Amino acid sequence: MAKNISFTIKYWKQNGPKDAGHFEQREMKDIPDDTSFLEMLDILNEELIEEGKEPFVFDHDCREGICGMCSLYINGTPHGKTETGATTCQLYMRRFNDGDVITVEPWRSAAFPVIKDCMVDRSAFDKIQQAGGYITVRTGAPQDANAILIPKQNADEAMDCATCIGCGACVAACKNGSAMLFVSSKVSQFALLPQGRPEAAKRAKAMVAKMDELGFGNCTNTRACEAVCPKNESIANIARLNREFIKAKLND
Amino acid sequence: MWLCNSSIGRKVIMSVTGVALILFLTFHACMNVVALFSEEGYNTVCELLGANWYAVAATLVLAALVAIHFIYAIILTLQNRKARGSNRYAVTDRPEKVEWASQNMFVLGVIVVVGLLLHLYNFWYNMMFAELIGDPYMGPCYAGDGYGYIVETFSNPILTVLYVVWFVAIWFHLTHGFWSALQTLGWNGKVWFQRWKTIGTWYVTILMALFLVVALKFAFCGGAC
Ligand code: HEM
Ligand code: SF4
Ligand code: FES
Repeated sequence: MAKNISFTIKYWKQNGPKDAGHFEQREMKDIPDDTSFLEMLDILNEELIEEGKEPFVFDHDCREGICGMCSLYINGTPHGKTETGATTCQLYMRRFNDGDVITVEPWRSAAFPVIKDCMVDRSAFDKIQQAGGYITVRTGAPQDANAILIPKQNADEAMDCATCIGCGACVAACKNGSAMLFVSSKVSQFALLPQGRPEAAKRAKAMVAKMDELGFGNCTNTRACEAVCPKNESIANIARLNREFIKAKLND
Repeated sequence: MWLCNSSIGRKVIMSVTGVALILFLTFHACMNVVALFSEEGYNTVCELLGANWYAVAATLVLAALVAIHFIYAIILTLQNRKARGSNRYAVTDRPEKVEWASQNMFVLGVIVVVGLLLHLYNFWYNMMFAELIGDPYMGPCYAGDGYGYIVETFSNPILTVLYVVWFVAIWFHLTHGFWSALQTLGWNGKVWFQRWKTIGTWYVTILMALFLVVALKFAFCGGAC
């Protein structure tokens, strides 16, 4: 049975990257606790629009945990607190209590400038991907599935790495603003497979160089990233990236 | 050079200098333990490590390691603050898995440096430095009398407390630093993560306990027992 809860929401308003920004506050009344967090914000926005006020801007797209667009820093945790790892769109109001104060902030990181309110520009991740997050293949007729044999364990692990949706929660959680969990997951998904090996060294160097150029910080292994990653990426990926990168540089 | 120009390279510098310093601390702890058993034995070690060319050379290498580790700590910390941006979160919540030490390595390091300066002043200045400038009777004891300096230092309760604080700070720094260094060098993975953490915690706990035991023994009964 769903019950209704009432709470205070404090949400961040900011007009572009240069604006100082501020919080606005509102009492939300009788929200059913099977409402998703984003649906709750839709209700907030309907109320604001009806009153002729400017709606609160936030990113979202699939609303089913697969696209990586939603990105809210809720009560001190990227994507809000869940035990299992979930994106903001998979967070439900039953995680909150009657009378709570819920604070909603954007990802705060120099490499992710605010576009408006809680919508941030994460094109830095696209640029890192474009620097080497792919394999160069001759496209043609599809190959026989068993032409290249891959141990099941490697295939599974590569798949786990590939589930990173590029949401940026890892950067948002990191006190160093480091993108290592994202970059290492993207490097690992290829490094673990034979198709990715020929360009592995080049890829690790190019993606790390782009990451550094875009102003992400230096990883000091605090593990805040893996604690908040909605896809449960492991810092074992970061160790693998370090290995790939150091090996590549030593072989130069 | 990739060691200075890339984030991973800079971390490699931190971890290699950090591991070298752990090895030095290991040697230092073993040397201290001699003082628990024999005044003569300890002073023999001190004479060997006096103003001899090899001991002076090793001191210079150590100084360089500390300087590089410290300078890179400052560079990393400044870069990381910049990457974080000027807008701070209003509410933050530290997940359980995140150790306190891992987020306070720089602060802990600063305590370590202050302790180090005090320690160099109490011992090195009166011992190796006094010999180098040819005045072995400069301090309260003879320059080669390391045992005398231990007794002297830990007879002062304020100094003893400061040394204990220093050891605790190093312990915290290393509970994170040990596995972090191996992770940075890429020698880690899902299975080894917990193993390295356990090995590291045991290693640095035993290491710092050795320092602590020597300090407390001399604080509570001087050279007498
Ligand atoms: C007893 C002397 C010291 C030892 C044995 C030591 C050891 C270590 C080790 C093993 C690491 C891990 C390296 C890595 O993760 O790549 C580390 C990291 C670090 N150290 Fe030290 N350190 C010492 C003194 C200092 C000092 C004086 C500072 C200066 C403030 C400092 C600041 C840092 C910082 C900021 C890190 C980076 C955090 C990290 O990567 O985990 N350390 N240290
Ligand atoms: S590693 Fe996790 S937190 Fe980081 S971008 Fe990928 S899915 Fe998001
Ligand atoms: S909106 Fe697509 S993952 Fe949340």
